[in-house]
Amino acid sequence: MIDLLGYAAFFLTTALTYAILCLGLNLQWGMTGLFNVGVAGFAAVGAYVSALLTTPEIAGRLGGFDLPIALGWIAGAAAAGLCALLVGAITLRLRADYLAITTFGIAVAIDLFALNAQSITGGPFGIGFIPRPFIAWAGRPLLFNGAHLLLTGGVALILFWALERAGRSPWGRVLRAIREDETAALALGKSARAYRLQAFALGGAVMGLAGAIQAHYIGFISPLNYVSALTFLVWTMLIVGGSGNNAGAVVGAVGVWGLWSASGYLLNTLLASQYQARGSSLQIVIIGVVLAVILVLRPRGLLGERRIVSRHLEETGAP
Amino acid sequence: MNLQYLADGLLLGSTIGLGAIGLTITYSILRFANFTHGDMISWGAYFALTVAGLLGGIVAGAAVPLAPFSFGWTVVVATLIAMALTGLLALALDQLLFRRLRRRGSAIAMVIASFGASLALRSLLEFVFTPQPTYFSTELQFAVPIARGLRLTPDQIAVLGLTLVLFVACHLWLTRSQIGRAMRATSENPSLARVVGIDVDRVVRITWLLGGSLACASGVMTGLVVQIRPYMGFDLLLALFAAAILGGIGSVPGAVLGGLIVGLAESLGVWAGAADYREAISFLVLIAILLVRPTGLFGSRAR
Repeated sequence: MIDLLGYAAFFLTTALTYAILCLGLNLQWGMTGLFNVGVAGFAAVGAYVSALLTTPEIAGRLGGFDLPIALGWIAGAAAAGLCALLVGAITLRLRADYLAITTFGIAVAIDLFALNAQSITGGPFGIGFIPRPFIAWAGRPLLFNGAHLLLTGGVALILFWALERAGRSPWGRVLRAIREDETAALALGKSARAYRLQAFALGGAVMGLAGAIQAHYIGFISPLNYVSALTFLVWTMLIVGGSGNNAGAVVGAVGVWGLWSASGYLLNTLLASQYQARGSSLQIVIIGVVLAVILVLRPRGLLGERRIVSRHLEETGAP
Repeated sequence: MNLQYLADGLLLGSTIGLGAIGLTITYSILRFANFTHGDMISWGAYFALTVAGLLGGIVAGAAVPLAPFSFGWTVVVATLIAMALTGLLALALDQLLFRRLRRRGSAIAMVIASFGASLALRSLLEFVFTPQPTYFSTELQFAVPIARGLRLTPDQIAVLGLTLVLFVACHLWLTRSQIGRAMRATSENPSLARVVGIDVDRVVRITWLLGGSLACASGVMTGLVVQIRPYMGFDLLLALFAAAILGGIGSVPGAVLGGLIVGLAESLGVWAGAADYREAISFLVLIAILLVRPTGLFGSRAR
């Protein structure tokens, strides 16, 4: 029973880190209509920057500044946000699919950097000994995982609340207006480019924060964590849950992560031992089919987007 | 920079250019960034590998290399069959997935779908064939001197020749044939094309077939001069997009020229000592072109 509770806490914590990634993507795609295929890249920036700042010093590698974890989180988010700001400044004025290609490119470039700049990122061996919060309780799995669940859940809740507020604010309504009809928004005197850039950079920062939280939860990162499959998983979560809806992003993250874990477990038990190594490829195929089916049959996802109007309009009861 | 780097760049550039021809045609007619194109390249190479293996098993002695090349008749015949198979795979994917999304008229939903389909296709290959690299032939090939300080293997010369042939064939087909004209009309303006009696659905079907078979040809070429891996096409994808955008979306000569420029830039990078970051160089080319001239060298389409 204790084991099961411990596992449930572990499962939910991991799912919630994905939920934070999803919230970042929802700000970019769901609310503003910006297509980002470099989610893994922004998460990697957050994770690596935070790891470099907080790990103890190691010979032959830059960094190891031994700073507090909270500082690493903030710096990771800021670095990823800055990265998104740069990419956005170049591509947001172009066609939507060029943004897709460029973000795809930035993820590839970040991956190459992580893989090859061994003196900074540890290369293919990654970075270990990343300080984990509550490490003093590591001997008691239930307490340890429970504390992490509370911490990650708390961060997710704060972000959820902030993004919900932002979505209902005049700022969020402008984002939606630009997504729906850029010309109309421009005619109202809103700078589409500035708003897009803000949403893109903020979304990138949220992804960086999620990357940093994940890194400190697991305690080890390597380039293998940030392949395109991660981007794909986060996209599937958002589409399944319902893009444009923050609650959908969280529901999608927990649901798809559940499906992912369950399919991994099933494949491990069903496949003969010589095929087990290949099982993870089949897991991705399953998630890919889920994404395709949702896109074709229920494009608004499980929850779908709710119509959000001004708070004042709701209060007066006008339509 | 010596001649060998130049030749390597041209060779890499022609494989990129060959892949980018298919990408640029499908991009301009289907109107979305198709991430599955890279995986069609990998699937094409594995189709050819499988068919060549089958042929070699059925016809005794057919797999004997055709001197001076490292591959036998089986690979030549298998490539033709695999091109048809890859075209059909692309068409099947369209019928199952993209056609339904196209009806809804959302280009970006198609990009998402293609991104997902790309990963699923790649993982399926990985599941069936394992991530281990394979080769069409394990024959050793000796590079023959072409000029001072420049050596190429016969296979590499064959790849350069085939790129040229396919480029000319595609260009003539698009500019001279009736269906080619219909394809260009659809790429300019689908509604107007429909009004003048062009069967747009047929054009779309032919585009998928053509795109798939060109991807397969590019996969076989890359397989011949490098190796066959489930990720071969995906790893090439960024360079393909860079080449297609550099040349201007929809322009076949532009795609080939773009491919050559990206290939030369990458080999220049290798020469300058950035071999580990070769793929990032196509990203830099892409950023540069988007900053300076987003319509590409030969492009006319609004950005």
